[in-house]
Amino acid sequence: MKRNGEPEIRVGFYVCHCGHNIANTVDCAAVARYAATLPGVALARDYKYMCSDPGQELLRQDIQEHRLNRIIVASCSPLLHEHTFREATRKGGLNPFFFHMVNIREHAAWVHTDRREATAKAQALVHAAVRRVAHHQALQTKRAPIHPAVLVVGGGIAGIHAALTLADAGKQVFLVEREPSLGGHMARFDKTFPTLDCAACILTPKMSRVGSHPHITLWTYAEVAKVEGYVGNYEVTVRHKPRYVDASRCVGCQDCIKACIYKEPKFPDTFNAGLSKRKPVYLPFPQATPQVVVIDPETCIQVKTGKCKQTCLEACVDRRAIDFTQRETLERVTVGAIIVATGFKTFDASRAPAYGYGVYPNVYTALEVERLVNASGPTGGAIVLRDGRQPERVGIIHCVGSRDEKTNRWCSRVCCMYALKLAHLIKERTGAEVFNFYIDLRTPGKGYDEFYGQLLEEGVQFIRGRVGEVTDWAFMPEEEGHLVIRVEDTLAGYVRRIPVDMVVLAVGLEPQADAQAVRRLFNMSCGGEGFFLERHPKLAPVNTFTEGVFLAGCCQGPKDIPDTVAQAGAAAAEALVLLDRGYLEQEPNTAFVLEDCSGCKSCLPLCPYRAITIAPETERAVINEALCKGCGTCVASCPSGSIGQNLFTDQELFSEIEGLLAPAAAT
Amino acid sequence: MTTFAYYPGCSLKGTGRAYEESLLPVLAALGIKLEELADWNCCGATAYMAVDEVKACVMASRNLALAEQLGHRELVTPCSACYLVLNKTKQYLGESRAVAQVVQRALGLVGLSYQGNVPVRHPLDLLVNVVGLPAIKERVRDPLTGLKVVPYYGCQLVRPYATFDDQDRPTSMDRLLGVLGATVVPYPLKTRCCGGSLTGTLPEPGLHCAYILLKEAVKRGAEVIATVCPLCQFNLDAYHHKIAAKWGPVRVPTVYFTQLMGLAFGLPARQLGLHRGLVPFAFEAGARRPEREVVPPDRPPPATPACRAGGPLAS
Amino acid sequence: MIEIKRTIKYETDRVKGFGREVMSVPGCEQLEQCIQCGTCSGVCPLSIYMDHSPRQVMALTRSDFKREVLSSVTIWLCASCYACAAECPRHIRITDIMYELKQRAIQEGVYPRRFPIPVLAREFTRMAQHWGRITESLLVLRLLWRTNWLEAFGMWRLGLGLWRTGRFSLRHESIRQRADLTRMMASVDDVVIGALPPPAANHRRGAR
Ligand SMILES: Cc1cc2nc3c(=O)[nH]c(=O)nc-3n(C[C@H](O)[C@H](O)[C@H](O)COP(=O)(O)OP(=O)(O)OC[C@H]3O[C@@H](n4cnc5c(N)ncnc54)[C@H](O)[C@@H]3O)c2cc1C
Ligand code: SF4
Ligand code: SF4
Ligand code: SF4
Ligand code: SF4
Repeated sequence: MKRNGEPEIRVGFYVCHCGHNIANTVDCAAVARYAATLPGVALARDYKYMCSDPGQELLRQDIQEHRLNRIIVASCSPLLHEHTFREATRKGGLNPFFFHMVNIREHAAWVHTDRREATAKAQALVHAAVRRVAHHQALQTKRAPIHPAVLVVGGGIAGIHAALTLADAGKQVFLVEREPSLGGHMARFDKTFPTLDCAACILTPKMSRVGSHPHITLWTYAEVAKVEGYVGNYEVTVRHKPRYVDASRCVGCQDCIKACIYKEPKFPDTFNAGLSKRKPVYLPFPQATPQVVVIDPETCIQVKTGKCKQTCLEACVDRRAIDFTQRETLERVTVGAIIVATGFKTFDASRAPAYGYGVYPNVYTALEVERLVNASGPTGGAIVLRDGRQPERVGIIHCVGSRDEKTNRWCSRVCCMYALKLAHLIKERTGAEVFNFYIDLRTPGKGYDEFYGQLLEEGVQFIRGRVGEVTDWAFMPEEEGHLVIRVEDTLAGYVRRIPVDMVVLAVGLEPQADAQAVRRLFNMSCGGEGFFLERHPKLAPVNTFTEGVFLAGCCQGPKDIPDTVAQAGAAAAEALVLLDRGYLEQEPNTAFVLEDCSGCKSCLPLCPYRAITIAPETERAVINEALCKGCGTCVASCPSGSIGQNLFTDQELFSEIEGLLAPAAAT
Repeated sequence: MTTFAYYPGCSLKGTGRAYEESLLPVLAALGIKLEELADWNCCGATAYMAVDEVKACVMASRNLALAEQLGHRELVTPCSACYLVLNKTKQYLGESRAVAQVVQRALGLVGLSYQGNVPVRHPLDLLVNVVGLPAIKERVRDPLTGLKVVPYYGCQLVRPYATFDDQDRPTSMDRLLGVLGATVVPYPLKTRCCGGSLTGTLPEPGLHCAYILLKEAVKRGAEVIATVCPLCQFNLDAYHHKIAAKWGPVRVPTVYFTQLMGLAFGLPARQLGLHRGLVPFAFEAGARRPEREVVPPDRPPPATPACRAGGPLAS
Repeated sequence: MIEIKRTIKYETDRVKGFGREVMSVPGCEQLEQCIQCGTCSGVCPLSIYMDHSPRQVMALTRSDFKREVLSSVTIWLCASCYACAAECPRHIRITDIMYELKQRAIQEGVYPRRFPIPVLAREFTRMAQHWGRITESLLVLRLLWRTNWLEAFGMWRLGLGLWRTGRFSLRHESIRQRADLTRMMASVDDVVIGALPPPAANHRRGAR
């Protein structure tokens, strides 16, 4: 085949066995023999592993020895090795876009069982490629700069750690947290398993470092409203909710709280899981970062009715930090990468009615008990029941809202360990008899099983059985006035009724209520349970299917703090890789406007990247190569067919189709 | 008048006749007519399932087919066991094509067929979700003010096929009794099995189940237990002498919830079959103590923990 | 003297395939999924009398210990209250499995002589099939007659009470089309439910 004025087309064709992956189902030798008969093919080989070094070397040498000017490799998916072979082509002295890849593994070998038919399909695909490459042109990749800033969404331990890692590496970080303070769940704990170090002692320094870091812009009480753009160049709109306090003026003296028209705290304190009360103006918790009070619009009289004496405002008259005129504001920033670290929520225990949460006051969730044992919690760390009594017998029920087809099917991974932690703390502080009711004890971590051993030594009782019910009806005299746990002690082989004073429900971890909305915002996917989906469970655990968007912490699935921090570090590292490279190699598959454009403008609103404008001189459309992502929407939509696209020209596509439909080879 | 197809089941013609006697006038008072299936047969109840599930299905499905033939949109059945068996059969036929074919063939032999169209509902469901509590409240003439009632649902009504209420903590009857003006006693055993299917054969375990229920009702100060099922009523009503002999007296009457409705509607006690109880129950409307604080049913308000603490259920 | 017994189980004690057979019956398939958590026993009101807890019955069935399961009093104590099935975290229809085991025990005749439950089940089905309806008083009388007629005298008080309140009847309730019913029932005489093909896979999950 020879085209006018152009050198003769000499295709080098290679079919790869991929070990047994392809060769088991596709007759590779027959594919090579077939390719050799096609016009333009100068050389056809089959080879065991084309991606190996010798395979690439073979390709390079052949280009020179056989004066090849087009290369086709029929092997695995381009996702895996297109880059490898383009490089080999380049090393052989050819423009890498004279290379074309045919996927006969995923498209033929792995999806068929009949060897003859799979081979025939591979041959048809090869024929299509041979026709197509003849029209390939030399193309250049382009480089797009990457904006050297990162958005971190969520200020739990995952977001905090990722933000600090990036900022310490000198990158600009925007941290968006929707609550009035950083900290997430970890800020509520007293101790953390298995080493029982104090959560505040290890978390507070990190929180304040975030608050004061020169490279971190911390926005609390804010949410991401919109994300546009693409990797390297995300345009993010952040919504600041009015906290009715000017964060730049407030020094956290809390005079306003004292002065509030409500003399006594009256409203449930959400940070303490409702176990204590707060006023409409409050500081979320003593170590809150930033140290800025917030006014709750649901309960503040001024916000609700505009008819309050505003004693808080009077108290803050010098600094004038309180500002009831605040309104929601929007702010836009540009970032190169995004780390999503929005965490989890705990299972709503009233969905497991057999355990009486919400009916019996002495049935608590673990999160409530975390606050009870916390030195800065509602009781100052005293473990007492709602009526002030100290419990003498406590039952901790595992797997509440986990491993259950009726609620959540998955194991929440941390509840066994935190249940052990709480058992230890309760036993230590009250001397109560503590029972743990479990199905399986899951303690696989460094020092975790040893911690279990320690609890056994301390005399905590472990009963293997999922609790049937918690009730308040007594049958035996010793049960009068107590809650009764009915359970089968499966190891002893008896059904037992165990009276206790306090029941602690080890609630499972669930996706955040707004996970679906957040998923859409960042164009991510969710697994069946609703946690955000990583690109690959083993090899790309912090990447998502969207380039430049990474995951950290429990938003990807339940995990403990050590794993969360490790993952946050990994996400930060991935973002750094992107940022430090500084640019993004972009496929030259951009669209271009041909002479006969009439300037009808119908393509303009269709381009998702706003890459098309009308040139005033010519009144024709022009496409900004730097913005075009090669999606092809305009190409397909142009009424006069005046838009073409590199790597997908009409000629290339039509000859590919012709090749595909060409009469099958006689095998 | 809305008309529903009606499947009474064997008990309502025998030991549970007071249920039918009270159900029909109460529904009539609310504008609902029940048309009894002509020539219905025993549903097979739970005993049949133990012998041969296919036969049980065939037996039950004849009634479903008759109901379809009658042409009313829905079938009402007051007995919990019948309710369960008919619904279970519907599910079986839906799930297993093989069972469905066998059943169709059997029905075909006598010129019947089954399409799966007729929902099977319990009167409690009908009253609370179709008639509605406001309409019932309007019809109340002699509120049951001050009467302390335990709402007892039993096991087979809410489990496992009912979708109209919670399996663990149903509240339909609580709310209904509340509307009648009664004081609803918080009762954690409201769906615990009464042992009814065992008392005839293994008296000790069966009676023990009933004993537990009765004991707790007495302990909580109930004056009467309201039930939705003829088997529960029988089991809780008929064996007091035996229970007393074994474990001590736990005397409290058990009546059908429809009987209480009838009383509140001002219908005469005799017409409601109230004379049929072995543990007698009498209620003089109007002649009661002054209104007292009503203990709300034990469905928690959406759990804002602050309001739970020290709430009325803190005891 | 303490009685010493060997309690070990050998492979020959299993009736291989028994578990599979039970799990192939429509409604019983989910048993494969049992995680032995004991919730079923924990909620079962009758578990206080059982020799093997419902959970153990599940384990024994799945492990092919047919003799042990079918001779257990548990299957007869089950009152079909469905508490277990409603709470099981694996959607196992324990109650239906209990029914299946009862049926097998009846078929194989492995229950104590004069044991009232199978007798009741049989008398019930006979009466239901023959008359089309159940007359409770007559059913109880037949049961007592077949098992322990002495007990009948202990029941005089209850009988009297029911008689007095008009709830006792010695007249057989019956349907008109008895012949139809007989034909229908005869047509399925030889259908064995376990031999029917299992329901479609998408129906296997979810007890409700
Ligand atoms: C009761 C209990 C006890 C535990 N005890 C321990 C322990 O002792 N040791 C241990 O290792 N692990 C423990 N864990 C696990 C630990 O809580 C988690 O590993 C850790 O909190 C995960 O951190 P995170 O940052 O991923 O999520 P989170 O702590 O949930 O933080 C997420 C943050 O993101 C914010 N956010 C959410 N959505 C948005 C949004 N759309 N926009 C902006 N911000 C958003 C939230 O407000 C929150 O601040 C325990 C868990 C529980 C439930
Ligand atoms: S708003 Fe004013 S008074 Fe209140 S804490 Fe801040 S500075 Fe102090
Ligand atoms: S970690 Fe333990 S308590 Fe939590 S779901 Fe898993 S097994 Fe259950
Ligand atoms: S509740 Fe279900 S999973 Fe648990 S032991 Fe019983 S049958 Fe098995
Ligand atoms: S159905 Fe049977 S096994 Fe299950 S809880 Fe009820 S009595 Fe127990």
